[in-house]
Amino acid sequence: MSHSSSPREEFEVVLQPLASVPLERELALGQRLWQQGWLRKSLILILLAILWEAVARYQNNDLLLPSFLQTSHALYDGLLSGELLGKVWISLVVLVKGYLIGIVLAFALTTLAVSTQFGRDLLSTLTSMFNPLPAIALLPLALLWFGLGQNSLIFVLVHSVLWALALNTYAGFLGVSETLRMAGRNYGLKGMRLVLFILIPAALPSILAGLKIGWAFAWRTLIAAELVFGATSGKGGLGWYIFQNRNELYTDKVFAGLAVVILIGLLVENLVFDSLERVTVKRWGMQR
Amino acid sequence: MNAPLQGHTVSKPTTAAQALLSVDKVSLEYRTPQRVVRATHQVSFDIDPADRFVLLGPSGCGKSTLLKAAAGFIQPVEGEIRLQGQRVDAPGPDRIVVFQEFDQLPPWKTVKQNVMFALLASKTLKRKEAEERALHYLEKVGLAAFADAYPHTLSGGMKARVAIARALAMQPKILLMDEPFAALDALSRRKMQEELLLLWEEVRFTLLFVTHSIEEALVVGNRILLLSPHPGRVRAQVHSHQYDLHSLGGEAFQASARRIHRLLFDEGQSPQSERELDFADIRIAY
Repeated sequence: MSHSSSPREEFEVVLQPLASVPLERELALGQRLWQQGWLRKSLILILLAILWEAVARYQNNDLLLPSFLQTSHALYDGLLSGELLGKVWISLVVLVKGYLIGIVLAFALTTLAVSTQFGRDLLSTLTSMFNPLPAIALLPLALLWFGLGQNSLIFVLVHSVLWALALNTYAGFLGVSETLRMAGRNYGLKGMRLVLFILIPAALPSILAGLKIGWAFAWRTLIAAELVFGATSGKGGLGWYIFQNRNELYTDKVFAGLAVVILIGLLVENLVFDSLERVTVKRWGMQR
Repeated sequence: MNAPLQGHTVSKPTTAAQALLSVDKVSLEYRTPQRVVRATHQVSFDIDPADRFVLLGPSGCGKSTLLKAAAGFIQPVEGEIRLQGQRVDAPGPDRIVVFQEFDQLPPWKTVKQNVMFALLASKTLKRKEAEERALHYLEKVGLAAFADAYPHTLSGGMKARVAIARALAMQPKILLMDEPFAALDALSRRKMQEELLLLWEEVRFTLLFVTHSIEEALVVGNRILLLSPHPGRVRAQVHSHQYDLHSLGGEAFQASARRIHRLLFDEGQSPQSERELDFADIRIAY
């Protein structure tokens, strides 16, 4: 084969500015709306509500399954009279106390675990012992130790938050790249300053996941604990409200109480944790 | 072996007094769960101020380990590393490392904050001066326009530039670069080498540069130390101050590259032994 006989000739093109085609264009309105997560989720909620209403009307038994509208009505009444809000407040105060204590303990434990071999062994032993233990199973013991009051609830809440969060945080710390640690040490960071300025922000995706799981565990444990033993020093929370109304066969109020539990869960998940993720890990490109 | 000189006898001149960084018969070991592996054996070299000193060798010659020892992350099992006569025993802001990996930049800080973070964490400067100096060095590497961008929005070359700006802003006594451009594509790598040389012309920092590319060593360095693999021992010291990116492909440049190649692989003069070489060990890439 002779190269000189090739019909494919060399050429060069002088590029003109590209004016005829727009370099970027906006998505259509429908596509942009569909990108909004809250809109999609609201749609799901509305569909579920319609389904509920239809099933309840077909069932036609208020005592077993009150309809969506009846529940909304009970919820509205409860909120307006302030009864429900009071119960929510009592529950949330206890919840936040237990949650915060759990977070502090989890960080103390994981900081110990990243700095010493003893801490590592302690954390892994304790988590494997206590993580599978349901918090509610500790309630009888807590009642014995702390009496019928807030402290017993806080004890089981701490138990439910601590291990999940400590496990996640520790896994996050282990996942921090060696390069980033060395870069931090290169600038003279060590001990607590290395944990604070390098490890915690670098492990934030795992820490946030742990905080979410811990929150869900705590919320669940609290409602269950209130259902089991009811009032804390004469004043009951949301779980107690549900329990009481079931005894009196106000099923619509039971549903209203459950709806509040769900609503608070949704609010915290979507407002608190989502915003936290948006301004941190998502903005930093650490999580999609 | 057919090495004509024993490693540490190569560079033990009487000029050791002015050396900025002197590595004195350093042996390094690292530990795996099963065994202790010797990475380098009695390696000695001296780096003078404003040197661009290159450690070159195939994988497994301990060149990165040596750089980490100079940074203070690893302690030698024998010998000593001295910076201006002071024994190196811990990481410190007078020896700044530029790593190969892109995740050396904390993703939660913008480009400017990344540079400032180094200055603030090491307590070199107060916030206001740190900001001024950060912007100054970002300007130098051509990233002033990206000061408020987060690292994940930058290209690989830009991240390498940020790391270099951050290191230069610290004004360390010596800059340690561990294959800083190895993760870049060929075109970006060449551009970064060019910019690094321009920065050196301007700032005249002292550089210890680790690479496994013969061309990169010849272009970037003014002196090249060749290390043999398993464990790393000094094989030769070669001058390369006469070469820059424009000498690529030239006669003398090619001759030097061939000489280094021969030294690294102990080829001797016989062409038959060429087949036994493991070419995967060395990257001749442009």
